[in-house]
Amino acid sequence: MTGETGPPSTPPAVRHRRRWTPSRVLVTAALVAATVVFVYPFVWLVSASFKPRSQVFDNRLLPQDPTLATYVQVWDEAPLLLWLGNTLLVTVLAATAVTVSSALVAWGFSYFRFRFRGALFALVLATMMLPGAVTMIPTFLIWNSLGLTDSLVPLWAGNLFGSAFYIFLLRQFFLGLPREVFEAATIDGADNWQLFWRMALPLTKPAVVVTLLFEFQAAWTDLMRPLIYLRSSENFTVPRGLKTLVDTFGAGGEFQWQVVITASVITTVPMVVLFFLGQKHFVAGIATSGTTR
Amino acid sequence: MPTAPGRAGRARRRRDTRAALLFISPWAVGFLVFTAWPMLYSAYLSLTDYDVINAPRFVGLDNYRQMAEDPQLLLAIENTVVFTLLQVPLQVVVSLGLALLLHQAGGRAAGFFRTAFYLPNMTPPVALGVLLLLLFNGQVGLVNEVLSWVGIQGPAWTTDPDWVKPGLVLISLLTMGSSVIILLAALRNVPGELYDAARVDGAGFWRRTASVTVPMISGPLFFITVVNTIAALQSFSEAYTAYFGAGNSTYSNDAALFYSIYLFRQAFEFLQMGYASALAWGLFVVVLAVTLVQVRLSRRFVYYEGEQR
Repeated sequence: MTGETGPPSTPPAVRHRRRWTPSRVLVTAALVAATVVFVYPFVWLVSASFKPRSQVFDNRLLPQDPTLATYVQVWDEAPLLLWLGNTLLVTVLAATAVTVSSALVAWGFSYFRFRFRGALFALVLATMMLPGAVTMIPTFLIWNSLGLTDSLVPLWAGNLFGSAFYIFLLRQFFLGLPREVFEAATIDGADNWQLFWRMALPLTKPAVVVTLLFEFQAAWTDLMRPLIYLRSSENFTVPRGLKTLVDTFGAGGEFQWQVVITASVITTVPMVVLFFLGQKHFVAGIATSGTTR
Repeated sequence: MPTAPGRAGRARRRRDTRAALLFISPWAVGFLVFTAWPMLYSAYLSLTDYDVINAPRFVGLDNYRQMAEDPQLLLAIENTVVFTLLQVPLQVVVSLGLALLLHQAGGRAAGFFRTAFYLPNMTPPVALGVLLLLLFNGQVGLVNEVLSWVGIQGPAWTTDPDWVKPGLVLISLLTMGSSVIILLAALRNVPGELYDAARVDGAGFWRRTASVTVPMISGPLFFITVVNTIAALQSFSEAYTAYFGAGNSTYSNDAALFYSIYLFRQAFEFLQMGYASALAWGLFVVVLAVTLVQVRLSRRFVYYEGEQR
C-alpha cells in the first residue's frame, strides 16, 4: 500500500457542507430502502413470534393480539434452555481454543526466523483452499472411532490446532509490532512465552477480539457439523434443534409455524446482541480481511 | 535482520528454530491429524465401498465411473452451477452499489446503515432457511404481498421448481453485508486527488465510477468474487433447512438439491462413504479449478496499487 494519499478517508460528500442537495436526498432514500429490506425480515420474525397461531401470516408490523403463548409452547415442546447451554459451551470453547492456538502459531511464524518458514506458511495458506467436504468424512471417522460422536467434543476440539484464516489474520498484526520492544524485553530477561503471552497478545488485542468474535459466530451458527455429529436431542445445539423443529412443526410437518418462528427468534437474538456489543470489531475485522489480500 | 555473527548467531538461530517449532506445533499436529491424514484417507475411501459398519471394500475407480452416470448428481451439479451463476454476479454488483451509496453518504450515516446491512450476517443460516419458507410463501408470504401492491402476481417461490433457486438466491443476498464492508473500506482508500483530477477533466459520476473507482478497488472486488464463488459452490444450510430433512417430503426438493447437500446425504443419510468421498474430491477439483481460473483472469484486469507485499 502506498502511504500519503491526501487527507485519509474523506469521501467527496463530506468535504462540502452537509446540505440536503437532491443527490444527497436520493442517496439517503436508497439507503433507507435497502435498510428496510435488510432489517425487516427480523422485525417480521420477532413480531410474528408474539402473534397467536392464526395470525402469524397476517404480515402486520405489530401483533394485533400480542401473546406469549408460543414462547410457552416452545418451552414445552423443546428443551431450548438445554440447547442454548450446549451452544454456549461449544461456542466459548471453540472460540477460545481457536484464538489461543492460532495466535501461538501466528507468533511462531511471525517472530522467529527458521528454515522452511516460507514454505510451511505457504502450506498453512494452501489449506484454506481445501473444501471442508474432503476432510469431513475421515474426520467423522476419527471422532467415531474415539467414541465421541453424539457428544459436543467434535464441535470444538479440532479448534485446538489453529485455523489457517485466523493464523493468517493474527500474523498480519504480529508483523506490525515493533521488533525492538521484544528484543529489549529479552535483554531484560523475558522468555519466549512471556514475550508472546504478556506482550504480543495484549498488543494485538483488536485482532484477538476479531478472531474470538468471528469464531463465536461461526460456531453458534453452524448447522452441518451438528447434523453430522449429534444424534440425541439432549446434545443438540440451537441450530440443530431448530432444524428438528422445522422438520416437525414446519415444512413437511404439522405446520405449526409459530413454533418454528419463535425458536428462530431465540436462535438469532444472542447473535444480534453479540453483534451490537462487538460491532466495531466486526467491521474492523471484515474490512481488514478484505484488504490485506 | 540484525544477526550476531559467527557461533553466537548460529546458536541463536538454533534456539529460534526450536522455539518456533514449539509455537507452531499445534498447527503441525492439527495439519497431520485433521488435514493430511484425512486427505489421504479420503482419497483411499473414494476407491472403496464403505458403509461405516463393514470394512471398506476396494472397488477401484467404480465410484468415479458411477459419478459420470448418476442422473441425480447431474441434477445437483446443474442446480449448483445455476445458483452460483445467479448469486455471485448479483451479490458483487449489488454490494458494490450499496458500498458506493454508503461512501456517498459518508460519516455517521454510513456507520448506521453499515450496521443495518451487516445484521443479517449474524443470523444462523438455519434461521435464514426458515425465513425463506415464511417470507417467500406463495400464498401468504410477505414478499408476494409487497409485489401485489405494485400489481405483480408473485410466483410460488418455495414450491414451483422454477422459482426455488431464485428464492434461495434472494435470501442468500441478505448476507452480503461483509462484502459491502470490504468494498466500503476499499473505497475509502482511493486517493481523493484521482477524483479531483477526473472532475477537472469533466468526468461525471458514472464516468468517475467506471474509470477511477472500479479500477482502484479491483483487488477487493476480485477478492469478494472469488470468496463468494467458493462459498456459493458449497452452499448447504439454507437449502437443506428449507427443503430437506426428516419427514420433509411435502415439497418437490429436486430444484434445491445442491452438490453439498447431495454429498452430505450420500455420506450421512445413505452411508455411502466411498461414493461421498469421490464426490468430495470432485468438488475439490472444481473449486481449485475455478479459483485458479479466476486468479489467472485477475492478472489481466486487477490493478494493485503500488506493490502489495
